[in-house]
Amino acid sequence: MATTPNKSAAASGPSQQGFVYLPLIAGWLVPGAGHFLLRKWVRGALIAVSIICMFVLGIAMQGKLYKSASDILDLLGLVGDLGNGLLFFIGKVFDLGAAHVQMTTADYGTKFIVVAGLLNIIAAVDAHNLRTGRKS
Amino acid sequence: MFHPSHFTAVLLFALFASTVFGITMRETPKRMFRYGAYCFALFVGSVIVLSWAMFFISR
Repeated sequence: MATTPNKSAAASGPSQQGFVYLPLIAGWLVPGAGHFLLRKWVRGALIAVSIICMFVLGIAMQGKLYKSASDILDLLGLVGDLGNGLLFFIGKVFDLGAAHVQMTTADYGTKFIVVAGLLNIIAAVDAHNLRTGRKS
Repeated sequence: MFHPSHFTAVLLFALFASTVFGITMRETPKRMFRYGAYCFALFVGSVIVLSWAMFFISR
């Protein structure tokens, strides 16, 4: 049975060699690293700048970095924050962010941090799709 | 510390989110740019429309 050119290229190309999940894990730990591993320099740089800036601005706005989950909303926030990979662990170690949200911009900052993590997960999955040949 | 206005926060959020959306949701650079610009316009446009809607509701 004939296969489409894309599928045959994906099956026979270098994208099937080595550890397939490396760009996914690297992209999660360091924003943009998954694309850098695949030599997508511009995409990786734009992703890294966007996500790191969003995380840093969130901290600068005195946003809350969820470090534990006491209720379901905190748990959802923690899951979002975990998407930042090493940025989250660095923030946790250095105790960055405010303990309590006390003003409007701090609430925005909290959302910036959570969304940066969620965007980083999307970017890491995109790197995985590039690695497997599902996307070019 | 950084204390942006509400609209500046919206612009920053829209810029970064649109950049990642454009790169991850499309395959060619031209289509990435167009989709990113589309997302940015939707983010900012919807905020302006909803803000005016809330302004008139509150009166």
